[in-house]
Amino acid sequence: MNLEKERNIISYKELEALREEAIFNEMEKSKVQRYWLTLKSQWPIFVMLIPVIVFFLLFRYRPILELVIGFKSFDANITNNTFASPWIGFHALQELMFGTKEYTVLFWRAFRNTFTISMYGLLFGFPIPIILALLFSEIKSDGFRSITQVLTYLPKFISTVVITSLLFLMLRPGQADANIQPGVINGFLVWLGAVPNETNLLGNPAYFRSIFILSDIWEGAGYGSIVYFAAIMAISPTSYEAAKIDGANKLDQIRYVTLPGMAPTLTIMLILRIGGILSVGYEKIILMTENEVHWVLDTADVLSTFILRLGNVYGSSAGLSLPPDLVRAFSTSADLFNSFIAMFLVLGANFISRRVSDTSLF
Amino acid sequence: MKRLDTSEIIFKILAYVLVTLFALATLYPFIYTISASISSKNAMDAGAVVFWPVEPDFLAIKAFFQEPEQGVRLWRSYTNTLFYTFFGTIFSMGVSIFAGYALSKSKLLFKRQIAFFIIFTMWFSAGLMPTYYNYQALLVSNRWGIIYGFGVQAFNIILLRNYFQGISQEIEEAAVVDGANELQLLTSIYIPMSKSAIATVTLFYALSRWNGYFWNRILVSNANEHPLQVILRSIVAESGDSETGFDYPYSLRSLAYAAIVLSVIPIIIIYPYLQKYFAKGVNVGGVKE
Repeated sequence: MNLEKERNIISYKELEALREEAIFNEMEKSKVQRYWLTLKSQWPIFVMLIPVIVFFLLFRYRPILELVIGFKSFDANITNNTFASPWIGFHALQELMFGTKEYTVLFWRAFRNTFTISMYGLLFGFPIPIILALLFSEIKSDGFRSITQVLTYLPKFISTVVITSLLFLMLRPGQADANIQPGVINGFLVWLGAVPNETNLLGNPAYFRSIFILSDIWEGAGYGSIVYFAAIMAISPTSYEAAKIDGANKLDQIRYVTLPGMAPTLTIMLILRIGGILSVGYEKIILMTENEVHWVLDTADVLSTFILRLGNVYGSSAGLSLPPDLVRAFSTSADLFNSFIAMFLVLGANFISRRVSDTSLF
Repeated sequence: MKRLDTSEIIFKILAYVLVTLFALATLYPFIYTISASISSKNAMDAGAVVFWPVEPDFLAIKAFFQEPEQGVRLWRSYTNTLFYTFFGTIFSMGVSIFAGYALSKSKLLFKRQIAFFIIFTMWFSAGLMPTYYNYQALLVSNRWGIIYGFGVQAFNIILLRNYFQGISQEIEEAAVVDGANELQLLTSIYIPMSKSAIATVTLFYALSRWNGYFWNRILVSNANEHPLQVILRSIVAESGDSETGFDYPYSLRSLAYAAIVLSVIPIIIIYPYLQKYFAKGVNVGGVKE
């Protein structure tokens, strides 16, 4: 009996030792093994991640590898493989930026046009959704407000093809000799005496930017106001009452209560806008200019459309004749230039905004 | 009744006037398009249609239903667009829901790395030409290529993830005790509880499929597989030829406006039901990590 008890105590000690050893072993197990165990327990979730990872690898990351073609010559007769093509270094980018041929002129023209259109967009397109949100917030009748709001969001859901088709149809010039009436907006401008009957508004480099920006505003101002409207609604009504007690009129209230209250939203939207300066939508521009005479490109050709023309993918490549094996190198170099400046702009705007206002995207 | 001072009253009047004007300016092209699509050839040629329909005879609209010459390519492209929209949205939603759900798991291994892998594509993309060459290299140039090669957006995945993260853990734990596996958790708890977020994302995806033009145009070489937007584009461009069109009982412009009406109708019909969702979508889409 006594002996048995003793043996029992020993076995407790043994048990304790075994336990410690087990814990020690557990800790000794390599990190990889523990990862493997977690991975094994989470396998259904990783299976769910397979589609997205495959998609992003193939269609978002693999194109980044394709960027190397900007530094290679590519001749489909020799090899169809981007990665096996011979290197040419920075030749294409250098030629494009500092060359003496017509493409260099057109490249810088596209660069200037991109900036000009974006700046006009910033100047007119950026404030209008803010003003619209201010106006919406002033309308206290819920029915009227939601009807007008929903109505003004609608164009955002209409395709670019439809919008540019409407521009094409409504801005068409008339032809007096063929007895063809101008499009309805063109007709209205003729009636006002603003333009002669046969003016082709869409094909005229002098009008292109205004039409582009105005139609952008028509299309996006209502939808763009949503985010500002939400910011205004989040401002506490007591702030306004306090301002009123201090004798603030409506303009003072907007200046000292509303605008500071929506400052973070304004900053973020401005950063996004500045970051996107180089990404003027190519789809709309190619659709607007495709059927027009070539010289509208004087003001309409932006970097992205220039890249598409350079790469012989869409639009006329007039004035952009390249040796066939360098087409890919040139267009991709232009793309790379575009991406890098765009990234620089995003980071720069973000940096400035963090310095100035403590608000930043990242 | 709160007292308003003069400046407030002026501003209020201004707000009503300007908002009304803006709403009318938004509405006008839609009304004009409908009017122009149903007005008679005489009225269109005389430039008499300015707002309301003039001598409506619906001939241009009817042409798409009665004349094979106009109807065949429009309805074929319509069918193609329905195909792209239906299967494309299912594909995009499937991938995005799985991804959003997986990333919403707090204990997911490599969670930060995977999230970064996805969010990075929002800040940096290779650009147009490399993307184009990539699609060429992977031979994404038929109907199915358009379905699986496009339409998964990092933004939408993050939007779904944020919504899933907001769902209470307790319900999930109770279901786990009852022996539910991950797929059952997703389909019987998370999806039913995030109807509005899912509706928003579905709307975004479906719209981008319905409205897609550029990549379809440059990647799909077979004209029989072209979607509505590509065909709509050529119908409108043809209406610009002043030489043709005298033989038809309707104005070619009316035909172009009619094609626009037919292509936009589905959006206008579902818009009132879905508009409440996207305003929400804009606000919950903040990126956090």
